[in-house]
Amino acid sequence: MEIPYTVEPRPDTGLYNAKLGIWLFLASEVMLFGALFSSYVLLRTGAPVWPHGRDEGLNVPLATLNTLILIASSVTMVMAWASVKLNDRKKYRLYMGFTILCGLAFLVIKGIEYAHKFETHHYPSTNTFLAIYFTLTGLHGLHVLGGMIVNSYFWGPGAKLFARDPERFGNRIEVAGLYWHFVDLVWIFLFPTLYLL
Amino acid sequence: MEHTDPDSIRRQTKIYVAVFAALATLTIVTVTVSYLHLSAVPAIAVALLIASIKGSLVAAYFMHLIDERKAIYAILILTVAFFAVLMFVPSFGNWDQRILR
Repeated sequence: MEIPYTVEPRPDTGLYNAKLGIWLFLASEVMLFGALFSSYVLLRTGAPVWPHGRDEGLNVPLATLNTLILIASSVTMVMAWASVKLNDRKKYRLYMGFTILCGLAFLVIKGIEYAHKFETHHYPSTNTFLAIYFTLTGLHGLHVLGGMIVNSYFWGPGAKLFARDPERFGNRIEVAGLYWHFVDLVWIFLFPTLYLL
Repeated sequence: MEHTDPDSIRRQTKIYVAVFAALATLTIVTVTVSYLHLSAVPAIAVALLIASIKGSLVAAYFMHLIDERKAIYAILILTVAFFAVLMFVPSFGNWDQRILR
């Protein structure tokens, strides 16, 4: 039996099913990160003193670089989707490959930051700031990793669908892209909250 | 996203590059402002304002929310409402303690 509405929109929503599904999933993700942001606000307002990220040894230049890398990956992700819509397989592979590499670079830089923290004996148990820092950035890092796995599948074996059914493949890339942009969006708020304020 | 004909997509790719330039510039601005050592309230206000502008650009252009179906806007309105509850209601919870302190 064929999965319904993978390409053509449902008459009631005007959307193909996966798109409605990813938006509902992203809504649940907003609540997940929202709960942690809310915890951050409560912890910060309830603390007698709250350290600045720089005072806790957070590396602002590295985090700025990571922000630029994630923003660049969002552009290449949307360019990968545009390349599918323009039926340009070579450019699709190029842009999607670059998106995956940017995700990898982000995680490597995050790993360097974490390693430095551990070397200087800064752990989640050290203080409340580091506890929420590791929780938020760790959860975000897992989301980047999840997105990279999905994107790698669509760059590799999943790309066979491009030749068979480009319309459906384009929709899959759009859905993967929506998730990836959401991960970028979360970092846009995490970066100033943890590193700059 | 409603306009997916090739000409429209080609036009959009130029917009994506412009949005990238805006996002990169705003990132540099937010870092620069953080080194001005503003007091807590203006620093938080400026940082969150810039982050909100950046977030809106990503949502509007990369996630195509500038041109979407009503069903998605309906989901997002509900999400924003519940997010607001999640963010502000717990903070109201300890107002009395802070006043009494």
